[in-house]
Amino acid sequence: MFNHIPEIGKTFVRPDAAGKSKGTEKYAADYYGDQLVWAGVRRAGIACGRIRNVDTSAAQSLPGVVAVLTAKDVPGTNRQGIVHKDQPVLAEDKVRYSGDAVALVLADDRATLDKALALLKVDIEPLPAVFTHEEALKPGAPVIHESHPGGNILLQAQIRQGNAVQALADCDVLIEESFDVPMQAHAFLETENGLAWQEPDGRIVLICSTQAPFRDRWEIGHALGIPMDKLRVSSPYLGGAFGGKDGATVQCFLALAAMHAQGRPVKMTWSREENFAAGYKRHAAHMEYRLGAKADGTLQALHCKLFYNTGAYAHLGGEVMALGMEHAGGPYRILHTLVEGWCVYTNQPIAGAMRGFGVAQVSFAAERMMDLLAAKLNMDPLDLRQKNALRRGDQNTSGVTMTQSTGIDACLAELQASPLWQNRSQWKEQASLFKRRGVGVSAVFNAIGYGRGLPDSAIAKIELTQEGNIRVYNGVTDMGQGNATAFVQIAGQILCQENNRFELIQPDTDRTLPSGSSSASRTTYTYGNALIKAAEDLRRKIIGRASLILLADTLDGLELLPGRVRDMQSGREIPLEMIASIMPPEDRICTSQFLMPVVRDKMNTGKEFVIGFPHLLFSYAAHLAAIEVDELTGAIEVKEYDAKTEAGHVLNPHTFTQQVHGAIAQGIGYALFEEIVTKDGRLMTPDFTTYHIPCAPDVPEMRSQIIETWEPSGPYGMKGVGEVGSNGPLPAIANALADACGVQMTCSPLSPERVLLALAQMKKQENPRQ
Amino acid sequence: MKIQFILNGEEIHLDVAADRRVVDLLREDLGFTGTKEGCGAGECGACSILVNGEHRLSCLMVAAQLAGAEIVTIEGLSGEKGFHPLQEAFIREGAVQCGFCTPGMIIAAEALLKSNPNPTREEIRSGLSGNLCRCTGYQKIVDAVSEASRIGKKTT
Repeated sequence: MFNHIPEIGKTFVRPDAAGKSKGTEKYAADYYGDQLVWAGVRRAGIACGRIRNVDTSAAQSLPGVVAVLTAKDVPGTNRQGIVHKDQPVLAEDKVRYSGDAVALVLADDRATLDKALALLKVDIEPLPAVFTHEEALKPGAPVIHESHPGGNILLQAQIRQGNAVQALADCDVLIEESFDVPMQAHAFLETENGLAWQEPDGRIVLICSTQAPFRDRWEIGHALGIPMDKLRVSSPYLGGAFGGKDGATVQCFLALAAMHAQGRPVKMTWSREENFAAGYKRHAAHMEYRLGAKADGTLQALHCKLFYNTGAYAHLGGEVMALGMEHAGGPYRILHTLVEGWCVYTNQPIAGAMRGFGVAQVSFAAERMMDLLAAKLNMDPLDLRQKNALRRGDQNTSGVTMTQSTGIDACLAELQASPLWQNRSQWKEQASLFKRRGVGVSAVFNAIGYGRGLPDSAIAKIELTQEGNIRVYNGVTDMGQGNATAFVQIAGQILCQENNRFELIQPDTDRTLPSGSSSASRTTYTYGNALIKAAEDLRRKIIGRASLILLADTLDGLELLPGRVRDMQSGREIPLEMIASIMPPEDRICTSQFLMPVVRDKMNTGKEFVIGFPHLLFSYAAHLAAIEVDELTGAIEVKEYDAKTEAGHVLNPHTFTQQVHGAIAQGIGYALFEEIVTKDGRLMTPDFTTYHIPCAPDVPEMRSQIIETWEPSGPYGMKGVGEVGSNGPLPAIANALADACGVQMTCSPLSPERVLLALAQMKKQENPRQ
Repeated sequence: MKIQFILNGEEIHLDVAADRRVVDLLREDLGFTGTKEGCGAGECGACSILVNGEHRLSCLMVAAQLAGAEIVTIEGLSGEKGFHPLQEAFIREGAVQCGFCTPGMIIAAEALLKSNPNPTREEIRSGLSGNLCRCTGYQKIVDAVSEASRIGKKTT
């Protein structure tokens, strides 16, 4: 319906939107199969305990049950984990959180599966558990992983430059405050799921809702003792993920189940309750900040202690904390910094990657500190930010030289000029009875790519098909962010073909090439760079082969046009189909690898980080929230929202704005009501009734403005924009709340109860006799 | 039990357990996987279908309730090749990201526009408040529904 040549920089309608809107696009959840077997697991239901016995006899003898498997049936190491292999597929002798799986059941239908799971007799002796970082760090606290040398500390690390402690003592003003944020759930609509089967030759095939099919193969292989070439993993379009499908969810269960299903396809779909209980979470964090400045507002020194509660298993906990630490000082110049971090095991659900990977937490603390400092200095909060904003050539708070595009000052300048900011006093005065209005800002950034120590690589593959179409083999999952769209644009730009000539292959370890995970705002940046090279190679190849048919002496006079190559001199044209027909299959394919550049500074800090520190590239944003607080209920309504975002040159304004909008909405949920609550390690918020994510009336009309820069290392000057927007809303809204009624919140979410309580306490302090 | 109903314009005769969830019947038994399941508890709206023209959640319905009814799923909203004005608007306005909520959202929007052909943006937001989307922040969905209602007015 929209035939045209995709071009860079112009709005290009997503090629996946048609099938998705008609219901014909198949997600992993939409695959079934003949003779289907349903798989499910029995979870511990208790935060910590020793497994005395798992009696499977009753379940096993239930008609319709195909197999009941426990840890002794796991053939390999029975260990999963991206960085640390500490998570069993099926728990052996100990359970460490309520979502630990103790048995895997295969059955002919779902009703039998549920019955069999209930028939399992699981005998677990409760052990003392720890739920907060304080409990876990207490001397003599129960140890969660006996074999971990650091006790309950998964990772302790420091980023240091200058002498923060000394410099803080010399500052004209000092602000000290502590902040707490809870766990957040990704709440993607398609829960963790997949389909798997074993081929007659023994190979196991998975169709899975996953952000990292290539890494999955390695994870499954390690845990189950299967050679990687005996595994095939594909990931169709995902029904959302936001970090929550980066790592093992259903993969090992499915592969193990397939080994016991006699070639029948096995389907595993986590229920929503299971998703809440056993899915990954954004880390809860406790953050202690001390920030010092000169009387003129120049930031001088920062000391912070960050505690990330990583739950029962390592997953990406250390790396999440590392990124949080790297962003702890905000997008500012601070000469003296000491950022200390403790990533702590507890018996809570596993925390891991979530959009804004560790950064959403510190953004709250850092940007609240900036407002507290501005108030103390009696300075305009935007002026204070602009005065200290990082510029190209500066060193950031980790000591990395900003050699690349650095657009936070431009974002702040645009925000300063916005009508909402300029007219805020007037807007606030229009609040009606029992309502208070406030306007708050935040300046945020988010790193792009894996960082040093873990090569951020993608390998693009593109083919001229026999039919004369262009097939792009996308190697990085499209979980909804639209990277596949960008790949069609890039190929369209270089190959000058109309969109109906493009075919997209989604990640499949048999067909596409390893390109890393769909994460870290890296997908379009890394794969896109690889694709530019591959598409240019293909272009040269098509023209080169066309010259043989056109009897052209040089290639200079040949032009690749939609569906054909034209000899500009003679006007003769040959269709792509004909060119393809003279090319053998291997000649019609071009591949190219791209490796993301890394920081060149010699780093004398952050030595504890094995991978993922530091980062070279960042995207930036300045956010403004205008809110109305109901004095009677404590409820906050976000009335207006303004985002200025810098992520290099924008390839597609359409998808760029989609990312900004979605990130803001998730951030508003994080700010106002999203909070995973557990009691004794069990979920008290296991569904959308108790865990409220924003619905349409909760989100205001948002204004998203692109602040263009050019990132020389990016494909067509772009940087990733997927994450940066999720870091802004919580601090902007909390700052707006302070502006509205003087309540200085240090805990999130800013729920009506918390706001009411804070208002009452403030009144009490103002009039102690009342 | 034996039931008969109309699905996307075609008469269906089935022998099915009376308590089979409609979402399973549609997806597994009949292959209409455009209807999604996001929560199984009537909280997310991904499984929205039209039952006798009204917006219903197929995860909360059982097969027996389909007897004699006229059902429309996302697949039935347009022909195989064509697009319903709402689908076209969702595509053009950028209302689709991961797309998992999209079929349910479009079904809910269709029901909304049937009862209120000229909704304000606030009315669209409240009309779709039973359908969760985690990707878009809803703004482009509201744009799309507004646009579809504008086009609808033009053509009628």
